[in-house]
Amino acid sequence: MKILTLTINDVSHSKAVPPTMTLLDFLRDEVGLTGTKNGCDSGQCGCCTVMVGGKPMLSCLMLALDAEGHEVTTIEGIAKGNDLHPVQEAMVEKGAIQCGYCTPAMVINGVHLLDNNDSPTDDEVKECISATVCRCTGYNSIERAIHSAAEKMRGGTAWLI
Amino acid sequence: MVDLTKGYPDKGYKIIGKPVPLMDSRAKVMGQALYTDDIRLHNPLTIKILRSPHPSANILSVDTTEALALKGVKGVLTGADFKNTFGVLTISKDEPALARDVVRYEGEPVAAVAAETPEIAARALDLIKVDYALTDGVFDSRKALKPTEHPLHPELGRENNLHKKVVQEFGDMAQGFEDADVVVEKRFRFASINHAFTEPHATQVEIDNKGNITVYSATQVPHYLHMAMAEVLEIPQHRIRIIKPHLGGGFGGKSDPFPHEMIAAKFALDLGRNVKLKFSREEVFFSHHGRHQTDLTMKLGFSKDKGITALGLDTLIDGGAYGSFGIVTTYYNGVLLQGPYKVPNFRFHVQRLYTNKPMCGAMRGHGGVNPRFASEVLLDMACAETGLDPAETRLKMIHKENTLTTNEYRVTSVGLRNGLTEAIRRTNWHDKHGKLPFGKGIGVACGFFISGSALPIHWNKLPASTVRITIDHDGGVTVFSGAADIGQGSDTMLAQMAAEVLGQPLENVKVISADTRTTPVDLGSYSSRVTFMAGNASRNAAIRMRRLLVQAACELMEMIPPKYDRPEPPEDFFRQGGRKPDFEKGFLGANPDYADGFIFEDGLIRSEKHNASVTFLEAVEKALEQEGILQVSGTYRAPKMGGKFKGSGAGLSPSYSFTAFIVEVTVDPETGFIKVDKATCAHDCGFPLNPLAVNGQIEGCIHMGLGQALMEEMVYDNGATQNPSFLEYKIPSAFEQPEVDIVPTYSDDSEGPFGAKEAGEGILAPIIPAIANAVYDAVGIRLTQLPMRPDRVLAALARESEKSDQKRGDKA
Repeated sequence: MKILTLTINDVSHSKAVPPTMTLLDFLRDEVGLTGTKNGCDSGQCGCCTVMVGGKPMLSCLMLALDAEGHEVTTIEGIAKGNDLHPVQEAMVEKGAIQCGYCTPAMVINGVHLLDNNDSPTDDEVKECISATVCRCTGYNSIERAIHSAAEKMRGGTAWLI
Repeated sequence: MVDLTKGYPDKGYKIIGKPVPLMDSRAKVMGQALYTDDIRLHNPLTIKILRSPHPSANILSVDTTEALALKGVKGVLTGADFKNTFGVLTISKDEPALARDVVRYEGEPVAAVAAETPEIAARALDLIKVDYALTDGVFDSRKALKPTEHPLHPELGRENNLHKKVVQEFGDMAQGFEDADVVVEKRFRFASINHAFTEPHATQVEIDNKGNITVYSATQVPHYLHMAMAEVLEIPQHRIRIIKPHLGGGFGGKSDPFPHEMIAAKFALDLGRNVKLKFSREEVFFSHHGRHQTDLTMKLGFSKDKGITALGLDTLIDGGAYGSFGIVTTYYNGVLLQGPYKVPNFRFHVQRLYTNKPMCGAMRGHGGVNPRFASEVLLDMACAETGLDPAETRLKMIHKENTLTTNEYRVTSVGLRNGLTEAIRRTNWHDKHGKLPFGKGIGVACGFFISGSALPIHWNKLPASTVRITIDHDGGVTVFSGAADIGQGSDTMLAQMAAEVLGQPLENVKVISADTRTTPVDLGSYSSRVTFMAGNASRNAAIRMRRLLVQAACELMEMIPPKYDRPEPPEDFFRQGGRKPDFEKGFLGANPDYADGFIFEDGLIRSEKHNASVTFLEAVEKALEQEGILQVSGTYRAPKMGGKFKGSGAGLSPSYSFTAFIVEVTVDPETGFIKVDKATCAHDCGFPLNPLAVNGQIEGCIHMGLGQALMEEMVYDNGATQNPSFLEYKIPSAFEQPEVDIVPTYSDDSEGPFGAKEAGEGILAPIIPAIANAVYDAVGIRLTQLPMRPDRVLAALARESEKSDQKRGDKA
């Protein structure tokens, strides 16, 4: 066991973890952040995507100890209190959520894209969500949501301030 | 902003017909929605399942001594611990919770361990010694027809591995083919495919100090699970409470009671501990229950003037090791061809075989998808041979409203003709079909599907769905329903019903669903039954509540309350399927009118005739005076209908949906790669209750149909699953999904709640043949095997070019 200190959603957590523990298990079982989903446990589905050091990562393929020193953001850290991120808001509005199991990962994908690119092309949006499997929506509504959020953010929504 | 209500009639509803985000969207988008595996019970044991590495073997012995001796292991179960087998169908209870004496598929549960940690449970599995004697398995449905001394299910007393055989014949087939201008016949083959929902199966069980259990499970059918579990565990149902938490996709794959659910509950009861269990993705593929591998030969007679004159098919479906929904699937492979067109002479012969592979069951479009592919491809061939336009021909052949089909289904509302007409116009069909350059093509296909099965799986006289509605002292409305929201949004639909009838904003209506302790029985989320049946029940409950409130309001306003007549038996023959109506006392029927001379809006109940009103809350308080609680129930039961022949109940539904697709593709003759560029869909779901949700179902069905059409297949090698992961079992990504154009299409179904029919399944089937027909238009090949992989495209192109070389050679 090693002591891991990790800042998750701006909160620091220190826990003793076995070296084999994945970041996904750490988040879900040690910290109790069950918003991040485990759809395959082996990097196939993308439902466990979280932001590590500002980049989307498959938390089931990453050891918890390897995240040390990086800020981790999970779906629970995206909204500011009751205020949804424009990507979250647009996902709700555009009906981009059915069963919702891939939704946390899709939001992380979308937020990361728009953090780095305020006017993504269709292909860039497809690319950003293509590492995550969605079986319900056919992806069309998720793409619409990300485009719509981009438009809103370009329009000067003071989200980041 | 796109107006999703555009193209649909404005019926003056406030909530029905409006694009409403599903009510749990916000919780889901914030990561707050709890799925089964997200629930944290106190100090649970972890369960892991030992699965057979062999598809066919006798179990000589199972030694659990060492596993039980491992510190931290609390219990081990084997087949000897379960007496009763089970199955979703009462006529097909052939599955044990753990294999006894024999294993019938690779991955079949053989033993299970409950331990203090997942690591200990995993180690304990390695310590269980199972002595297998391998036996010859059967892996192919044709071989399964052959006589054998060792069938998979000797209890059936058969000499081969036949599970179910159905033959039905209507009309005069010989005459039908005689009357045809062309007769086309082909053999079609379909791979088995998996639902590929993102949430793996999971179950947790909580036990109280009196030995009662609460089962949290990822299930589409809490009620059937409840019944099966009581039978397998041999305890009364009242000791079991089933709760379905948020569910990460089902598509039919969670519509059976499962072995792991029985195992988890038994451990909890035996050990007096809370337990948890979750499948790996590999286990999901082993457990399967997907669409049947199918081998079918179909023959279609077609007349230029009369349309289809005869349709015959002979089909083998590979059921795998156990029954699941298979008997229903066997029927559906035939009967669901009775629409969307008239088939006057019709014969089907479908056989479901047991093989040593993971079992197949219900999957979106259940049983209707593969035969639909065949019939729509053959129809396209018939049109090509007779020189008719395949889109216009279909348009002419679609059932008229109020039709009795050849097998005596009553088809009530049909809204597809307008939709297909508009799809033809929008896609510039006539400028494109047969006129695009080589490699580009356009194709059309249609389908139809049930809005729930009129008959229950467990024969009884109870309503198909019951909904309870309560109103609290502060006017808050709560809808209680056993219906399982599996992500399709049924909770939102139930709330819309109550909100519309009671004139309340949607946010004032809460839904408690899929909890067998607190919610009345609904049979579950399968066969596209929930909107039609639970929706009607919710609507009827709300109407009863409305009457109580009107009564109270009248007392307050000192008015004479309106009289409510018992529903008049409908005159229309088709509403009753030709039988005497049988409305019971107090039964409201389906989709009854609730106009009562009062308007519920803005927190008021107003008389239309008199200048008088009371607040909603005043009426609620008045209505509460007597009993202290305000609650009503509403029910739905299908009217009596159907023919008087054996098997007439299969596919019998109170209403049917209709779908048409026009699909545009690009085929690369060098690589054999098919790209679907655009899918234009017209789906008649009656009156769409929530266009946002309907459009989501359409796009989702396109995705799933595209997968089956182009890439998805379960691959088995002598019963061994070759691709149990998303890396090997490929489903379409955002890049494969085409541009989608949804043509507003509707009808007003007289019995559907607010005119609605199904929108979740029927859409899937026709996109697949539409793609195949577009491929023919693009490069002139008829693909008869799914998926339409590039290698198959190239092989077909090579055959085609050989043929034309030959023709040129013959001429020379």
